[in-house]
Amino acid sequence: MTTQGTRAMRKLLFALAASAAMLVAGGASAQEKVKACFIYVGPIGDFGYSYQHHQGALEMQKNIGGEDKVEIAYLESVPEGADAERAIERFARSGCNIIFATSFGFMDATNKVAGRFPDVKFEHATGFKREHPNVSTYNSRFYEGRYVQGVIAAKMSKAGMAGYIASFPIPEVVMGIDAFVLGAQSVNPDFKVKVVWANTWFDPGKEADAAKALVDQGVDIITQHTDSTAPMQIAHERGIKAFGQASDMIKFGPETQLTSIVDDWGPYYTQQVKAVMDGTWKQHDVWGGMKEGHVVMAPYTNMPDDVKKAAEEAEAKIKSGEFNPFTGPITKQDGSEWLKQGEVAEDSVLLGLNFYVKGVDDKLPQ
Amino acid sequence: MGMAEAILLTIATAATPLLLAAIGELVVERSGVLNLGVEGMMLMGAVAGFGAALTTGSAWVGVFAGIITGALFSLLFAFLVLTLVTNQVATGLALTLLGIGVSGMIGEAFVGQPGVKLTNIHIPGLSDLPYVGRLLFGQDPLFYISVLLTVGVAWFLFRTRAGLTLRSVGDSHSSAHALGIRVIAIRYAAIAFGGACAGLAGAHLSLVYTTQWIENMTAGRGWIALALVVFASWRPLRVFVGAYLFGAISILQLHIQAMNLADLAFLPGPLYWLLAQLKSLPSQFLSALPYLATVAVLVLISRNRRLTIMNTPASLGQPFVPDR
Repeated sequence: MTTQGTRAMRKLLFALAASAAMLVAGGASAQEKVKACFIYVGPIGDFGYSYQHHQGALEMQKNIGGEDKVEIAYLESVPEGADAERAIERFARSGCNIIFATSFGFMDATNKVAGRFPDVKFEHATGFKREHPNVSTYNSRFYEGRYVQGVIAAKMSKAGMAGYIASFPIPEVVMGIDAFVLGAQSVNPDFKVKVVWANTWFDPGKEADAAKALVDQGVDIITQHTDSTAPMQIAHERGIKAFGQASDMIKFGPETQLTSIVDDWGPYYTQQVKAVMDGTWKQHDVWGGMKEGHVVMAPYTNMPDDVKKAAEEAEAKIKSGEFNPFTGPITKQDGSEWLKQGEVAEDSVLLGLNFYVKGVDDKLPQ
Repeated sequence: MGMAEAILLTIATAATPLLLAAIGELVVERSGVLNLGVEGMMLMGAVAGFGAALTTGSAWVGVFAGIITGALFSLLFAFLVLTLVTNQVATGLALTLLGIGVSGMIGEAFVGQPGVKLTNIHIPGLSDLPYVGRLLFGQDPLFYISVLLTVGVAWFLFRTRAGLTLRSVGDSHSSAHALGIRVIAIRYAAIAFGGACAGLAGAHLSLVYTTQWIENMTAGRGWIALALVVFASWRPLRVFVGAYLFGAISILQLHIQAMNLADLAFLPGPLYWLLAQLKSLPSQFLSALPYLATVAVLVLISRNRRLTIMNTPASLGQPFVPDR
């Protein structure tokens, strides 16, 4: 209860814009106790993306030895843009030893602030810029999970068509759409995916509207790359199936959720904060997937045994490293060849992915 | 259920919370007070409505809890700006920030819990009529309340003596005061009404629109409602048009993104051409379209400058201290 109370208090404090309340603590001298700071793009109560990051932070604190060893501070619902830079700078000044900026849009802000605070370690999630030696990037291969979802979708859909609620046309999202389509086409080569761009990470109402529009347009499976549980509820109301996002959303659709990609950041956060304590922190670029335990599938539910078996097989193949979803032959949406038979996409290409594969019923916004 | 009917139903759901919040704020502003706390009051209504419905199992209890919480929360604002004569803009912004924080704190226990849905009405026979049955006789109760409220407010403001009094307070509080009208009392009542409407709008979000509580789930709808009031030049029926236009374009742009042009070849040429053009636009532009179109249309409707000045409450946002 105490932690909840502290959390609630802190939230209120931030809500009242208590910039004056931030104390300037000492430098990075003694490392018996570290301060780890987190910047979230949504509220930690979104039960999706930001929620999972916060769960990872709490798990890290527990793993390392509780509040005596690690102090956690966080700011939630930080807009991507100028505000992010201010928030990160404030953390850097307030004695944070390591700062985790957990959204793609914090990329430039993180690098800017990192240049001004060489003694503070910065970790940016899902980005690719490391302009200073104290900036690391980390990401998860969510697309591995999306491929498995695609396999399930193609087996479950009677319409031969799934709806995809997307957020912003960044490589991370495009990669997910492509992997989903490839997974589905491995079962049904004619499978179609309708994409709707919500142009937001978090707006339950708008996400619900997008889900309704897709159902009205005839899809009978919905997947999302936005952060709230609203699409799951709409799928439930309309009696179709859906995939959860970022966390296990089974409570919102006990008869609806097929599975969900669960982001598990706890092990990574533990490892990195420990490295700061030991003085062994080094710049790196980590991209872990199912193999590393960063991407976990929620239980396969609401599907017949043969579909479940196919999903488990796809998952096992990816987990063992035997199969990469982006293995040729793959054709681009415009019909040109991307990957030859047996060719595997380079990580650098995936991280800048800006085109669809064949079968996506949408024009990619540029 | 045909596609057109399905789309219209979705539009009504999207427009209702905007309409509810905006019609309440319209009355507040007509009385001469600018309350920028709509977003915060909506969130308080949403969290209270969700919590009450979850605890009691009755969505209607949630609706009333939302209304009452919104009204009580707005009275905090009323006390500050009317009795203590604080700056209305700053106090309104503070109310929004406070609402975001407090609702998040209260709602912590509700996150991740499926809520109670306010069920749609069903009139045997009528609700099952083809094409219009669901639309006219089968929506959620708050939809009907929002329409009645719009008509009621229009009638009250322009057809009753009490409405005239309220408008006179908004136009010139000193003159109204000199005539013996109780300016402060009327403004307290107007603010409480606005709060109740915002609370109801919030309850719509957490009990009808998406049956769940998530922090900050209004996602800016309070600000859209505020803008609607101004662009509609403080006229209830124009607020209605604005809310529905905004809702319609928000929904239609999603359909344009999702539709398959090949399936629509049966449409008349010009319509098909228009849809094809819209579909070729970047989705970022389509997302911005509701804002652009609503502003454009309301500005066009309100282009008569003389009438606009006449409709603008002249005392809007100005502090009032009775001189005995």
